Amino acid sequence: MNKGISWFNICMLLFGFVFLYAPIVILIIFSFNSGKLVSVWSGFSTHWYGALFHNEQILEAAWISLKIGAINATIATILGTLVAFALNRFGRFRGRTLFTGMATAPLVMPDVITGLATLLLFVGIGMARGMATITIAHITFSLAFVAVIVRARISALDMSLEEAAMDLGARPVKTFILIVVPLLAPALVSGWLLAFTLSLDDLVIASFVAGPGATTLPMVVFSKVRLGVSPEINALGTIIVLLVTFCIVIATLIFQRQERQKILDDQMARRG
Amino acid sequence: MNAVESVTGSSSDGSPYVRIENVTKRFGEFVAVDNVSLDIERKEFFALLGASGCGKSTLLRMLAGLEKPTEGRILIDGQDMTNVPPYERPVNMMFQSYALFPHMSVEDNIAFGLKQDRMPVAEINKRVEEMLELVQLGQFGKRKPHQLSGGQRQRVALARSLAKHPKLLLLDEPLAALDKKLREQTQFELMNIQDETGITFIVVTHDQEEAMVLSTRIAVMNQGVIQQIGSPNEVYEYPSSRYVADFLGSVNLFEGEVASINQGIEIRLPQADLHLVANNRDNVTIGQNVAVAIRPEKISVSIDKPNELTNQCQGKVDEIAYQGSLSVYQVKLADGRMVKVSSPNQVRTAKRTIDWDDSVWLSWDTDACVVLID
Amino acid sequence: MKSMPFRITGRTLAVAAPYVWLLIFFLAPFAIVLKLSFAEPLIAQPPYSAVFEWAGGLLPNFTGSLDNYQFLLTDDLYINAYLNSIKIAMVSTILCLLIGYPMAYGIARAPGAWRNALLMLVILPFWTSFLIRVYAWIGILKNNGILNNVLLGLGIIDEPLQLLHNNFSVYIGIVYSYLPFMILPLYANLARMDDSLLESAADLGCRPWQAFTRVTLPLSIPGIIAGSMLVFIPVVGEFVIPELLGGPDTLMIGKVLWNEFFQNRDWPVASSVAIAMLVLLVIPIVIFQHFQNKDSESNP
Ligand SMILES: Nc1ncnc2c1ncn2[C@@H]1O[C@H](COP(=O)(O)OP(=O)(O)OP(=O)(O)O)[C@@H](O)[C@H]1O
Ligand SMILES: [Mg+2]
Repeated sequence: MNKGISWFNICMLLFGFVFLYAPIVILIIFSFNSGKLVSVWSGFSTHWYGALFHNEQILEAAWISLKIGAINATIATILGTLVAFALNRFGRFRGRTLFTGMATAPLVMPDVITGLATLLLFVGIGMARGMATITIAHITFSLAFVAVIVRARISALDMSLEEAAMDLGARPVKTFILIVVPLLAPALVSGWLLAFTLSLDDLVIASFVAGPGATTLPMVVFSKVRLGVSPEINALGTIIVLLVTFCIVIATLIFQRQERQKILDDQMARRG
Repeated sequence: MNAVESVTGSSSDGSPYVRIENVTKRFGEFVAVDNVSLDIERKEFFALLGASGCGKSTLLRMLAGLEKPTEGRILIDGQDMTNVPPYERPVNMMFQSYALFPHMSVEDNIAFGLKQDRMPVAEINKRVEEMLELVQLGQFGKRKPHQLSGGQRQRVALARSLAKHPKLLLLDEPLAALDKKLREQTQFELMNIQDETGITFIVVTHDQEEAMVLSTRIAVMNQGVIQQIGSPNEVYEYPSSRYVADFLGSVNLFEGEVASINQGIEIRLPQADLHLVANNRDNVTIGQNVAVAIRPEKISVSIDKPNELTNQCQGKVDEIAYQGSLSVYQVKLADGRMVKVSSPNQVRTAKRTIDWDDSVWLSWDTDACVVLID
Repeated sequence: MKSMPFRITGRTLAVAAPYVWLLIFFLAPFAIVLKLSFAEPLIAQPPYSAVFEWAGGLLPNFTGSLDNYQFLLTDDLYINAYLNSIKIAMVSTILCLLIGYPMAYGIARAPGAWRNALLMLVILPFWTSFLIRVYAWIGILKNNGILNNVLLGLGIIDEPLQLLHNNFSVYIGIVYSYLPFMILPLYANLARMDDSLLESAADLGCRPWQAFTRVTLPLSIPGIIAGSMLVFIPVVGEFVIPELLGGPDTLMIGKVLWNEFFQNRDWPVASSVAIAMLVLLVIPIVIFQHFQNKDSESNP
């Protein structure tokens, strides 16, 4: 299988991963620096973590971001799943081309355009800016990402499972809940998580559509970073990286255990 | 079209149980099922037989309600079902891929349909147990589908589709994924289950042997059109067309012209000094071009000239294929035509009397010749 | 597609919900941007003039003007920013492709157990904060940053290099942030490719390099296009990276739009900048959609 892999490939992989990870590693190391400079080591300390957890502004913004992220992820997952079904299972319908376009363009649309456009809509319809407007703007682009993930899973799904359920007397909605949703669960979970992180990560769109009292975490980070480097941000970055890594490792372990269990089960089945 | 009412299970009120009326199904321009009309009686074991892509599954799916006919009507037990969705039909289907729900245990799979009917839990449990007994999977109820072997999965799929006691069971190539041994064994199980439950079965298959073993009647399909309907014996022994004769088993086809009609029909083959005599049938006129179909097992092969049979000719053994229970000979006639002959191996073949390049006599009864006029 | 016997109502509802959402919150805003790009800035709430005026007739009168677009064309700032964005986006796309293709190829050909781990390593940064990862580069590239310190320490240079706040740091930041977007579609494409294709090419007398250029490369073009569009389009409008890593001479259209909006509070000009950017991006977006949807529909 690894016949085609050459020294050149291995070097490129090494170079690429060093490039991708060096900044993150350095970020983590200097979050434990006692000095204020993020480039000169002056001793180990967890001082900046303490400072971070006493920074009301950051904590409040983080809380707002988490709330927006969770609501956004939930609604975007529902809408994105509907989009995926409409595009992969409903065949042709009127306005399909426009629908496909609207569901794919947000994947690449530059944030400044989306942000400006969405803001003008809110101003036009006289909607007060705040958490609600940020959430709506986030849902609009997150749902496109969820749709991509769910579509990949749907097209791998055996259509006769749905037909079998209906044949056994389940109405379409029930078929969807009892058969489709459990089978799509992995895609729905990754879709939700992706939508959540996209929202947590967005600076530009939120800056356009935010109002007073709805400052998200990236907006606070950005205003701090613009003034120069700050070890508190290193600490925040480290926490995010460790949290994400932890979640992914756990997920991978669970997944591997299921795989192993499956193999054991299969062996049992062959003997029984 | 309904040639043989005699073989079908008699229906109580005289009207057929399933009636397919002039049903056509088009996918865009493509005609998958072409103006099919078909009646199926109560308790019948009906087989749809045909080559891949001829529209068998499509016809079955229309009965299940998974596809809507472009034209025509489908009646089940006298009720028009054409526009009834699948979840409201008294019909269940066993899918070609089994379509077992991978996230549910065997029991939950079998109980799925019963739960949709809101049957009391105690009754569901009882029914599930019965079904597991029926398909001999008593101790496998708690397993997930991926923990079962192919044959076991197939039986779960069967149990699931039987659990609701449907009036009509549709089976799409139920045994295609099984090996030969298991397939034969399951064929008998299927027949027993049908006997016990009294459910009407419609089975789709492209395996002609399976269709013959299982069914009371067979419909042979070709390119969306039903070619012939009849009992296994009938379609095999009295094929109505070249297609059916050729599709079911192997056959020797001779093209010729009707020379005379007396006690039998005499057919002269062009460029060959050979006359065939077949039994009389309707719709044949002198001078007509016809085909004669003769099954290989109807021809006897011998070294010495036989004396009693009307049809005989001489040839040279070109090829012998030993197939265990029988041997198949390819015999080359004087005009270069090849005739296939099969004969049972009644004695051990250590001293085979007929060998390569032997000059042999072929002979057969007038009854063995089927005259095809289409 | 098989015709599913869904009831019309349920099906319609399932399509209508996201459809209406996208019409209101994705499509309608662009119409408003277009309209506003013909307006004039006012010191008012909202800060722009009306484009359509109701004169009692059946149709409103168009009172907007093309002044904003004329302004964009006459001021060097906008044209330079526009052209510079395209240049930066193109160069970064090529850089991402040059680094990303061998990586994707290496991952796709890696032994089974390694493949998922390597893929995970590509995806992992994507889940962590983009802003903070860009910020990490400031500490590395600053005049008294880590890279300069290391180079000074090793005696390779005598005085700190200007690494930050110029085009170099912008390219670093963009390639760094967008590399996963290039690798993932390329990997998806290369992983799907049948090994036996290369084997039969070798069997027919192709050397490995020839097999690559004649078989692998042509077959991976859909992946290359998808990845390139996924990088090129958003980079044209990128704001965060030029803002944090770029210098005063790093003109990018996204940054210009941001400044028009947040600093000059000139909404109509910001709108016309957005429209100008969209006009540039329409074709790449259509190409991207074509490949994206072809891929999603024809999955095995
Ligand atoms: N949804 C569809 N859209 C277009 N064509 C279809 C569709 N379903 C079936 N067909 C076509 O209709 C024809 C009949 O298909 P069908 O599945 O009924 O064949 P079959 O007799 O069951 O064959 P097999 O033995 O291979 O299962 C085929 O040529 C197939 O390509
Ligand atoms: Mg079929």
